[in-house]
Amino acid sequence: MNTPRRKERLVALIVLAALLFSPPLVLIASSADGTSRLVPYVFLAWGTLIALMAWLMERRDEEGRGRGRSDGR
Amino acid sequence: MTGGPTVVVLAFGYLALLFVIAAWGDRRAAQGRSLIGSPTVYALSIAVYCTAWTFYGSVGRAAQFGPSFLLIYLGPTLAMLMAPFVIGKMVRIARAQRITSIADFISARYGKSSSLGALVALIALIGITPYIALQLKAITVSHAVLVNYPQAADLPLADERFWTDRSFWVALVLAVFIILFGTRHLDASERHEGMVAAIAFESLVKLAAFLAVGSFTVFVLFNGPADLFAQAGEHPELTRLLSLASVPGGALGWVGMLVLAFLAFLTLPRQFQVLVVENVDERHIKRASWLFPLYLLVINLFVIPIALAGLLLGGGDSDSFVLTLPLSAGLEALPLLVFIGGLSAATGMMIVETIALSTMVSNQLVMPLLLRSERLHLGTRGELAGWLLGIRRVSILGILLLGYLYHALIGETYSLVTIGLVSFAAACQFAPALLIGLYWRGARGRGAALGMSAGFLVWAWTLLIPGFAQSGWLDPGFLERGPWGIAWLRPYALFGLEGWDIYTHSLLWSLVANVGLLVGVSLFTRPSALEQTQAALFTETMPQGLVPASLWQGQTTRGELRALLDRYLGEAASRRVFAAPPPESDEVDDDQPAPAALTLRAEQALAGSLGSASARVLIDSVAGGEAPDLETVLRILDTTSETLEMNRRLEQQSRELARASEELRAANARLRELDRLKDEFVAMVSHELRTPLTSIRAFAEILRDNRALPDEKREHFLDVVVRESQRLSRLIEEILDLARLESGRLTLSPTRLDLAALTRQSVEAVQRLQEDRGVSLEVAIEPETAWVVGDADRLEQVIINLLDNAGKFAADDDPRVLLRLARHKTHYRLAVEDNGPGIAPDERERVFEKFHQIQHRESGESRGRPRGSGLGLPISRGIVAHLGGRLWIEDAAQLDGACLVMELPEAPAEAPASTDAPDGAPPEDRDAGAAP
Repeated sequence: MNTPRRKERLVALIVLAALLFSPPLVLIASSADGTSRLVPYVFLAWGTLIALMAWLMERRDEEGRGRGRSDGR
Repeated sequence: MTGGPTVVVLAFGYLALLFVIAAWGDRRAAQGRSLIGSPTVYALSIAVYCTAWTFYGSVGRAAQFGPSFLLIYLGPTLAMLMAPFVIGKMVRIARAQRITSIADFISARYGKSSSLGALVALIALIGITPYIALQLKAITVSHAVLVNYPQAADLPLADERFWTDRSFWVALVLAVFIILFGTRHLDASERHEGMVAAIAFESLVKLAAFLAVGSFTVFVLFNGPADLFAQAGEHPELTRLLSLASVPGGALGWVGMLVLAFLAFLTLPRQFQVLVVENVDERHIKRASWLFPLYLLVINLFVIPIALAGLLLGGGDSDSFVLTLPLSAGLEALPLLVFIGGLSAATGMMIVETIALSTMVSNQLVMPLLLRSERLHLGTRGELAGWLLGIRRVSILGILLLGYLYHALIGETYSLVTIGLVSFAAACQFAPALLIGLYWRGARGRGAALGMSAGFLVWAWTLLIPGFAQSGWLDPGFLERGPWGIAWLRPYALFGLEGWDIYTHSLLWSLVANVGLLVGVSLFTRPSALEQTQAALFTETMPQGLVPASLWQGQTTRGELRALLDRYLGEAASRRVFAAPPPESDEVDDDQPAPAALTLRAEQALAGSLGSASARVLIDSVAGGEAPDLETVLRILDTTSETLEMNRRLEQQSRELARASEELRAANARLRELDRLKDEFVAMVSHELRTPLTSIRAFAEILRDNRALPDEKREHFLDVVVRESQRLSRLIEEILDLARLESGRLTLSPTRLDLAALTRQSVEAVQRLQEDRGVSLEVAIEPETAWVVGDADRLEQVIINLLDNAGKFAADDDPRVLLRLARHKTHYRLAVEDNGPGIAPDERERVFEKFHQIQHRESGESRGRPRGSGLGLPISRGIVAHLGGRLWIEDAAQLDGACLVMELPEAPAEAPASTDAPDGAPPEDRDAGAAP
């Protein structure tokens, strides 16, 4: 949370989470013909968000200030 | 099935284990080796969010409403993603202000208003008690299922007296537990380490139990998930269950539930307790922000498989599938484990919720009343610290008994999920005052109070009362037709809004009323000074601790303050306050006025125990409470925020300034160095010019004054004059060359020439001279012709200079110089070696600076050799560089001394090259194979 970059990434992640859990995407997942894919979709999106958050939160500790910039791969 | 006594022994044994863990946690805390100082424990303690409602109710909800149960956990996931911002901020503020509960937080935000705190406490009490009842009900029902299976677990309450009802005893045991571990310190803002350790342990137990029953269902009752889902796929109604269609309210209900869970997660008193009050270290939030969502995901993995399995294998009460599935398979141990897991979930929630509620009740409801009552007013002496703990203990007992009462009276008619969601919606009423208050400085206490009251009323009308009606306490007719036939007041279709699920419906209207009033009233309310200050502190537009001390204008004496603290906190605590840095020495007279900082510390200490509103009342009672007038506060606040902004800009500017001045300093240092070099140069040149000039003048004077000198002598003197004049003009020529080189005005006339021929010519020119000096000169010119582009005169000057130089520095006995010309790739290299002492590697670049020549010249002089101007090498390098070549020094390949190497590029065939060759930078690392 020290550098603006991390704040921006976190905000982006929150927006992504709100998007993934909201009706437009949820409706798409649910309306798959025959069997609904809603439940697998939710778990997948959920897990992805957790992984991204873990990456974002845990990575910073072992990294110097200078390198924060170069890993935008 | 399982023997009743076994279950009872197991359950109370488990509670005893909790006692042990909590006692251990407290002992470790006392030793300073905290058990809970880890982000993982923090994340596990947040998992108190998963109550018996999660443990049993999720499966029930999944069986009825498909994936909608997931929303209860997606909301907190969203909230935890924002935790680094939102919860981090709350933790910072709560620590600085010694906040004890969410009621205290909201009350402190709006000017330490005691009425607002009381309102929050009341709403929490009314809204959350059913939730505690729900946990008791879960324990009772699960116990009944376990004991009575395979008979239906119907209504053990009806034929039991309360003293034979296990849930009553569970409530009592928990009350003892909470009193022991929840009210150790008077200071409610201090952490309950033992309790948190026990909660974290319970979180592990319930997770393990749920995963065990889930794995059993999927892998023992069925052959893995594929088999289970394949079997479920044969039933169209089960397939439909898993789609959005089975979520109440469809897409809208989906969003409503998501928002509900999101807000409730932040505002439920127990969540506030573990998230904010019990937080040990703000950095733990980072880990918890993903670990806790992961916990939620894992504990939900098996919910749908268990629900499907339960429906496939023959129904029953879906809330009890977690128990009935292993029971139906004839197992004994697994159902017991599940029961313990459910017990963990239920007791964990009850412990934390009761602590949070009891703190609110004692600090926000009871204490303000006691402080107002005449009997306890400051005139009387005596320690109130014991009283405070007593109040908190009694309220713990009261809350648990209230929960039990609720459970015993109407618990039968509610399903688990219904109660939980109703409580969620009640807690959501705190969200506007809490969250808007954190970010909008203009939010006012009156707006918050009105908004919260309105939201609460709407909640009661749209959720609570209809719930009573459905329990048969009221005539449910008004649900259909509206009260007194007024259709737009129907609880489930307020203002004619129909077709929404009841929770989204209630959330919408209550939040509209709540936020609307909060914002609307705030816009038209003037705040008190204190409220203005607190608002600025909470929105972090002002640093904590800056203004309260400087704003404090009330006056009190140290003696009065000490008496107040002694009375409410006990003497030990008051000594701590007075001893905190800067230490207030005891020798100071108690009649002295108390400094503002001390008063502030005293207020904070009181706030930690009594809540901020009561602390304020007490301090006001001794200090007169002469808060500064509004204008002062506004001015200070505005100045403060402007100053902060200004500070930020200043900081940025000063960083830029620092950088600029750093550059300036470097430039200045370089200029000074250049200036010094220039002075040296001028001094050196003057010295060099004066020497020949002096001798010319001396000899000329001799010639003028002694006309009668013999011819021979006169001839000699004239020779000296001529030679010295030549030397003088050569010197001046060199200085001019150097000046031209350095200013870039040196004019060269490059032509295509044969370096080999030129070298031979140069060698011939100096050979005699060198031989005269006793230097033996060897020459090895390898190529027949060596075409380069250069100015013949200048190049000859360079070569002669190199040879001259080498001759000067060759060894004293048997001086030798070796000249080699060889081709190197596309260049020609002319190397001149001597057998002198050589030049140390770190000196090699410096000899090309004109000023280091002085030392050279001196060292040359000391050896009695002919001296030069010392400008030869810098000039040579300048010329070579102008011709696109390089000049450097390396170790001699054959002789022992120095080796000066000149390298010039080979001329392109027949075409004359441009003169604008770049300055040759001297290479630092040349390959050793350069010299053959």
